[in-house]
Amino acid sequence: MKQMLLSSTVVIGAYFAISGAAGTHAEAAELTLCWAAWDPANALVELSKDFETKSGNTMKFEFVPWPNFADRMLNELNSGGKLCDLMIGDSQWIGGAAENGQYIKLNDFFDKEGIKMSDFIPATVVGYAEWPKNTPNYWALPAFGDVVGWTYRKDWFSRPELQAEFKQKYGRDLAVPKTFAELKDIAEFFQKRQIDGKTVYGAAIYTERGSEGITMGAMDVLYSFGFEYGNPKKAYELDGFVNSADAVKGLEFYKALYDCCTPPGHSDAYMSEDIDAYKSGQVALQMNFAFTWPGIHVDANVGGDKSGYFPNPAGPTGIQFAQLGGQGISVVAASDKQKEALDYIKWFAQPEIQKKWWSLGGYSALRSVVEDPGFATSQPYAQTFLDSMAIVKDFWAEPSYASLLQASQKRFHDYVVAKQGTAQDALDGLAEDWKDIFEDEGKY
Amino acid sequence: MLHSSIDRVAHATPPAVAQRIRGLSDRAIAWIFVAPSIVLLLAINIFPLIWTIRLSFTNFRVNRPNEPVQFVGLRNYLNILTDEDIWLTMQATAHFLIWTIVLQVLIGFSLAYLINKKFRGNDLWTTLIVLPMMLSPAVVGNFWTFLYQPQIGLFNYAVGFLTGADPSSFSMIGDTSLAPWAIIIVDTWMWTPFVMLICLAGLRSIPNSIYEAAECDRASNWRQFWTITIPMVLPFLMLAILFRGIENFKMFDLVVQLTGGGPGSITELTSINLKREAFEKWRTGYASAYAVILFVTVFGLASIYVKALNKVKQR
Repeated sequence: MKQMLLSSTVVIGAYFAISGAAGTHAEAAELTLCWAAWDPANALVELSKDFETKSGNTMKFEFVPWPNFADRMLNELNSGGKLCDLMIGDSQWIGGAAENGQYIKLNDFFDKEGIKMSDFIPATVVGYAEWPKNTPNYWALPAFGDVVGWTYRKDWFSRPELQAEFKQKYGRDLAVPKTFAELKDIAEFFQKRQIDGKTVYGAAIYTERGSEGITMGAMDVLYSFGFEYGNPKKAYELDGFVNSADAVKGLEFYKALYDCCTPPGHSDAYMSEDIDAYKSGQVALQMNFAFTWPGIHVDANVGGDKSGYFPNPAGPTGIQFAQLGGQGISVVAASDKQKEALDYIKWFAQPEIQKKWWSLGGYSALRSVVEDPGFATSQPYAQTFLDSMAIVKDFWAEPSYASLLQASQKRFHDYVVAKQGTAQDALDGLAEDWKDIFEDEGKY
Repeated sequence: MLHSSIDRVAHATPPAVAQRIRGLSDRAIAWIFVAPSIVLLLAINIFPLIWTIRLSFTNFRVNRPNEPVQFVGLRNYLNILTDEDIWLTMQATAHFLIWTIVLQVLIGFSLAYLINKKFRGNDLWTTLIVLPMMLSPAVVGNFWTFLYQPQIGLFNYAVGFLTGADPSSFSMIGDTSLAPWAIIIVDTWMWTPFVMLICLAGLRSIPNSIYEAAECDRASNWRQFWTITIPMVLPFLMLAILFRGIENFKMFDLVVQLTGGGPGSITELTSINLKREAFEKWRTGYASAYAVILFVTVFGLASIYVKALNKVKQR
């Protein structure tokens, strides 16, 4: 009887112990973070282990490949789905997500936790966090700084016979181009050249039709040629800015670069196609977002000293801009775990976590990290990243950004790849398309 | 054994329930059996259709939940029918539809005719020929992008080998004059076996006695082909055309994987254009009107075609 009592006590004790443990577990949340499926996402998985240890929460990740990322995630946001608690969404989504109540506003949270936006690179705050732009209304914490820049085959550039031939032909050294005109010369020089028994080509640039590729590529050139999204003094006045003579020259240049210097079949190329072309040794120059640089640096074929990095060169008048990439991290309004999601952002904003983020391959936007004296020399591409982030411009971030983007995708691809009409036609048409969209939005 | 099981269930059924079931008419029992299917059909087919028609008269955008939804009458329909770009996508779809059907019927019927002859390895060849249609369209689209790759693609290499042209001198999916043919070739490669199988069923359904009688009448092979084979296979062939026509009118996955609608918008079929309006631009009301127009078009054409098919069957 005594033994029975003892056994019962042990069983009941064990039951309560297990129940207690279960109770503790019930308090810990499982957070789902949604982002694109790419190298930085893997680094974030690694980084987040620290959050799991410290908070007791578990992290689940939903990563979608870039070509389907916007489709999938905007569908999720628009349907009020609860899949994602945290969203590292594209910078252009911020307007729509803010106005439609899909992200929660973070101002009070930032004030409470002492997170200051002045601690982050200004361009990333405007690009990833603010809506309306240039107002202190924050919907995200800058999470991943990114910008379009160039990678080049340093080993090919340094070959004496190529240097001599280039100098004889162009009267200057074969070196990092300072202007787009120089870049085109270099691309032409390498186009269909035999190097180590292989035919190589000039440049891999963005030409993708389906999502945002050709817009992200063409805009890099257009900005530096003088394209403006509108009259800086009068919002949504587009004529004469979107289709200015300088913008037309920029688009003509982009088409000329596509026609003269891309590898065969490069008619629908975006980030991964450009990486493939570069890593396989097909091209001398590659346009791509900075996130690709850590992967290139460690690549067995083209990594280390074989590759160099440079920011977008200047246009004909000396102005120099680069297309902003990157994303901020937001809390999804439909999430039931907003408190835990905010805890994640609080943890992520810490300087030591941001430092670790950079060391794992994530481009931190925290100034204390990028302004650290050792940052510029910490990686061969770090200085180029800083230089590029200093000259960024971004596409529209309006709630109607998707329609604005589809219009530019069509107009640019029709002209550059499909060879339909002139650059003037393309940009006049684009200005008309955009005006129609804004008219629908009640902006006029 | 079976009887005893039924008996056991019958005995186990409470008399009151049995009484109630026995009291039902045949019609009521039939309704009970079909009710789940009807409810399901209403929920997943009819209700969304009615809802789509309703949305097509509004300016609703699914990504703007806070904006008031306004009734816009026929504006969406008028905008679609007067949009030049949409007519271009209709033209692209018609080009794709007509050529894929013509090629698939010609090649499919020819293959069926050959396979229908008894020869060694007949079954093996049949299996090999039908393999493409068993693959996923997304997979087919992806691997044909490699076959069409100017530098490493087998297709370009084969064309280069046969014509002496430089394989990297042309891009099947990057050239506006070649891209529409690139998608036609892939769809034909994938779906000709389907047409072949239907034609084969038709050919095998023709009794040998008819040919034997024709031979007794000294009808030539050519005459037998035109007066026996073709008329008797025609209903099958028309069925194949109907299936392929409906399928290709809403073609999406294969072409998206291959060209993404490019270069420019040259291979942007209506379904791709519709998807962009609905799920990229989020113009839900407009896209609903677009979907209704496409539905009416397919439904109308299919109805006319089915009537023609029935007439052919009756002959």
